[in-house]
Amino acid sequence: MSYVDDSASHPANDSPDYRSTGLRHPQSDLHLLPQRLTELTGPMFGHDRVRPGEDDLTRCNDGEAVGQRIIVHGRVLDSDGRPVPDTLLEIWQANAGGRYRHVNDQWPAPLDPHFAGLGRCATDADGRYRFTTVKPGAYPWKNHRNAWRPAHIHLSLFGQAFVQRLVTQMYFPDDPLFFQDPIFNSVPEAARPRLVSAYDHDATEDHWALGYRFDIVLRGTGQTPFESEPDDE
Amino acid sequence: MSEPATTPSQTIGPFLSIALPWHDGPELVTSGGLTIVGTLTDGAGAPVPDGLVEIWQADPDGHFPHPADPHRADYAGLRPFGRCPSDADGAFRFRTVKPGRVDTEQAPHIDVVVFARGLLKHLVTRLYFPDEATANAADPVLQSLPADARDRLVAVDDADVLRFDIRLQGDGETPFFAV
Repeated sequence: MSYVDDSASHPANDSPDYRSTGLRHPQSDLHLLPQRLTELTGPMFGHDRVRPGEDDLTRCNDGEAVGQRIIVHGRVLDSDGRPVPDTLLEIWQANAGGRYRHVNDQWPAPLDPHFAGLGRCATDADGRYRFTTVKPGAYPWKNHRNAWRPAHIHLSLFGQAFVQRLVTQMYFPDDPLFFQDPIFNSVPEAARPRLVSAYDHDATEDHWALGYRFDIVLRGTGQTPFESEPDDE
Repeated sequence: MSEPATTPSQTIGPFLSIALPWHDGPELVTSGGLTIVGTLTDGAGAPVPDGLVEIWQADPDGHFPHPADPHRADYAGLRPFGRCPSDADGAFRFRTVKPGRVDTEQAPHIDVVVFARGLLKHLVTRLYFPDEATANAADPVLQSLPADARDRLVAVDDADVLRFDIRLQGDGETPFFAV
């Protein structure tokens, strides 16, 4: 058994439009590492690393975060269509003004005393996850003149094998800043839509929060699930 | 049903320390064990102060607590995964135990993952042990590399610790793998 090669989904580390890659991408070709037991196993972190309430980023320091309240939900699947159950998701993001709670973030948007900007949850038996947060703001950076990062949420996932490890960013539909963002555009064009969440009116809660759906697909083994398993919706 | 294509990787960015450091991240064992230290540097030789290094390894019996391993991993007191952000000097550190041999071909090894601002997809490398010259000489992964690259995957005895520096680019660049 081995996991499929999905390199066509991913950006090249040598992506000069994103200037920070300049001194950080390897210059030698990657060497082929056949998948053996160390790579076919992996840490199976799930609900054991999550404390109650960590899936709600809007409640912090006895108060409520400022901004557009949103629900971000979806499923974690493998590329064969199987759900990935009980797997840890860790997320972090800027606040509604585009400011991170980090000493190195100098963007002069106000910090929000009621928003720390990190969350955790684990998927259920069907691979479903759900966070409540506020929509992050766009923010400027120094990559090029008048450079602005589109609004995004950072996500980290383990899956069930070392080779399924994924760190990515989720974006919002129809963001006008995509055209000039070298991080989003580092991804092969055909794969870029897979970084963008969809507005989900069924997940939107009346007088409470807007819903966004973001399904996350990790590498599978290329083996078709058994017929008796339910199809994903 | 068509197969869904995988979600693309994106950089971990400069603000990973908001969420990802764990208080117990660098400690794979609660007592004893060996210490692994290293420095993450870029193509100019400058420290990378905003990276994240993760490791995954077998227990001293060569087993993993995972359903893909036919053996039962019953070595107590080891969480075989570690995570350490690099500090202002690019330094990282783990405390663990030496893994056993996973199979009859491979020398004892630790899989190492590097994330950083400026890396759009994480890098994968391997750490081998300096006291395993015979096993290293027969290891199929090491032997698939050019000789100079091979040496860079073997940690160095440095007083009481093992040193495994990671150079992202340029002279002495660490060999990285497509897995």
